[in-house]
Amino acid sequence: MFDDIQHRLSDALGRFKVRGKLTEANMQEGLRAVRTALLEADVNYEVVQRFMKRVTEKAAGQALIKSVRPDQQIVKIVHDELIELMGEGDPHIRFEKAGPTVIMLCGLQGSGKTTTCGKLARRMLGLGRKPLMVAADLQRPAAIEQLKVLGQQLDIPVHAEDPEGTDPVEVCRRGVSQAEKLGRDTVILDTAGRLHVDDELMDQLKKIEKKVRPHQVYFVCDALTGQDAVASAGAFNAALELDGVIMTKLDGDARGGAALSVRQVTGVPIKFVGMGEKLERLDPFDPQRIVGQMLGM
Amino acid sequence: RSWFGRKVDQDFLDELEAKLIRADVGVKATQILIDRVREAYADKTADEDLLAFLKAEMKALLQDPQAGALAKAPTNPTVILIAGVNGSGKTTSIAKLAQRLKDQGNSILLGACDTFRAAAADQLAIWAERSGADMVRGNAGADPASVAHDACDRALARKVDYLIVDTAGRLHTQTHLMRELEKVRGIISRKIEGAPHESLLVLDATNGQNAIQQARIFSKSIACSGVILTKLDGTAKGGVVVAVRQQTDLPVKFVGVGEGIDDLQPFDPDAFVESLFS
Ligand SMILES: Nc1nc2c(ncn2[C@@H]2O[C@H](COP(=O)(O)OP(=O)(O)OP(=O)(O)O)[C@@H](O)[C@H]2O)c(=O)[nH]1
Ligand SMILES: Nc1nc2c(ncn2[C@@H]2O[C@H](COP(=O)(O)OP(=O)(O)OP(=O)(O)O)[C@@H](O)[C@H]2O)c(=O)[nH]1
Ligand SMILES: [K+]
Ligand SMILES: [Mg+2]
Ligand SMILES: [Mg+2]
Repeated sequence: MFDDIQHRLSDALGRFKVRGKLTEANMQEGLRAVRTALLEADVNYEVVQRFMKRVTEKAAGQALIKSVRPDQQIVKIVHDELIELMGEGDPHIRFEKAGPTVIMLCGLQGSGKTTTCGKLARRMLGLGRKPLMVAADLQRPAAIEQLKVLGQQLDIPVHAEDPEGTDPVEVCRRGVSQAEKLGRDTVILDTAGRLHVDDELMDQLKKIEKKVRPHQVYFVCDALTGQDAVASAGAFNAALELDGVIMTKLDGDARGGAALSVRQVTGVPIKFVGMGEKLERLDPFDPQRIVGQMLGM
Repeated sequence: RSWFGRKVDQDFLDELEAKLIRADVGVKATQILIDRVREAYADKTADEDLLAFLKAEMKALLQDPQAGALAKAPTNPTVILIAGVNGSGKTTSIAKLAQRLKDQGNSILLGACDTFRAAAADQLAIWAERSGADMVRGNAGADPASVAHDACDRALARKVDYLIVDTAGRLHTQTHLMRELEKVRGIISRKIEGAPHESLLVLDATNGQNAIQQARIFSKSIACSGVILTKLDGTAKGGVVVAVRQQTDLPVKFVGVGEGIDDLQPFDPDAFVESLFS
């Protein structure tokens, strides 16, 4: 099912097909349609406002220099500008020379952390590494069991403890020691989902970062997220030193405007995208693809 | 800036637009609301009436005569089917609903029809125990429709007041999974007269405009009767349910405001609309 956004946009961009010069009036009309497309794709309102200002200035500047096919020029400006703002895809994970490389996943409830933990571990296996997953979510019912099942499916060890009488910081710490003992070279920490406004739980994450010193911290973000993406990603980025973002649930028809918002507010690259529930459904991030999706093209 | 004494000009309407968009109401739904304001107030001076006018429009739209009330079958069991996209909060909402209905003196049976996600049934089992509900489950990978079948049998045999059926998360674009869901619904309606009596769609308040498509397609597939809007305890406003109501007429029945078993409230349009503007 498509809504009419695609038609509306190409319609509006079609209006640029003016022969000769781009005028203020016809440019405004087309840019308005671009703005609507971005808002309907759930790009954050402020991000859209800033973006439109930049694009409008650029378009106006260029229109004076070149007057041939202004329609193509505008489309190209919008597209290129979005690609630039999205940043390069970078599926590369830096591994430590000595000792296990520790990767921590964090994010809001239900964003896909545990599943992504399994997906990353599977990817590690493919790179010839020996991952171990740590069940540091002591909160959600059966979260430990969930990770254990993924561990069994992948045939890799999971460090888990009885949630009674322990805390996530300790579990992560012992998980890393366990990896060292077992000769595992990559550790992935599955943390509990939490709201960015929950000070107590955000402090717990900071404590894990301080005590366990993960080499990479990834924010797992649901591609269905709306305007709030800026608030949540911003808060996680302020609390922790994020190294990257993983966008999940991009296999549906979400336009994924949150990707642009999150990229803008955190400044860290989007590394991977989740393209399904199965463990093999993790792809490197492709800015071209998400920009196309965002514009409904 | 204060609303008082200002002319209802484009600047003013732009500000109103920004407020609604930031709350995830979306461009289209916002435009409809702004147009109503423009009609009613064109070139008049803005005063507190204007905001009250807009809020009243929205509250009226979101009003549900049966707010917070669930259908009850004339003979037991009443069946509630729960569905939604991945991770929206279905299983947790079922726990909360079970607790709520239990507190009202009902006997509850849960059907664990998510046989796909790792440890999904274990998760529901823990909640069943906490809320004192009974549960029917199948093996991992079992056909969800066959679990629904068994759950209906048990619900009929025990004459429980409510059977609440959990289903696996699925994106509405996955047609084979939507068909699987229709099959679960089909089994339930064949086994029990008039069932499911409620088919509730669980929407995540942090979601943006995609929730509209979720509502459209889930409704088409299983004839949803209402929405549970979860995760309203964060900073997200959940404004997309305004668009959902405008475009699909699906009412919000309950809201989730936390991860605990008591964190479910009947939807209150007044409080909800006030929070969109705060
Ligand atoms: N369609 C789709 N579903 C996904 C993807 N990633 C995760 N999921 C599903 O999203 C739901 C939530 O995933 P989890 O991995 O349990 O999420 P979580 O962040 O660990 O959740 P909490 O621990 O409760 O905060 C599950 O149904 C997953 O199967 C994805 O890329 N695409
Ligand atoms: N803060 C908050 N968290 C919630 C709320 N409802 C559910 N959650 C959390 O969201 C996460 C996902 O909840 P689930 O109930 O497992 O979601 P689900 O829709 O059953 O997920 P799948 O079966 O994997 O599709 C869990 O961590 C829940 O604790 C809510 O109202 N507020
Ligand atoms: K809120
Ligand atoms: Mg998890
Ligand atoms: Mg579930």
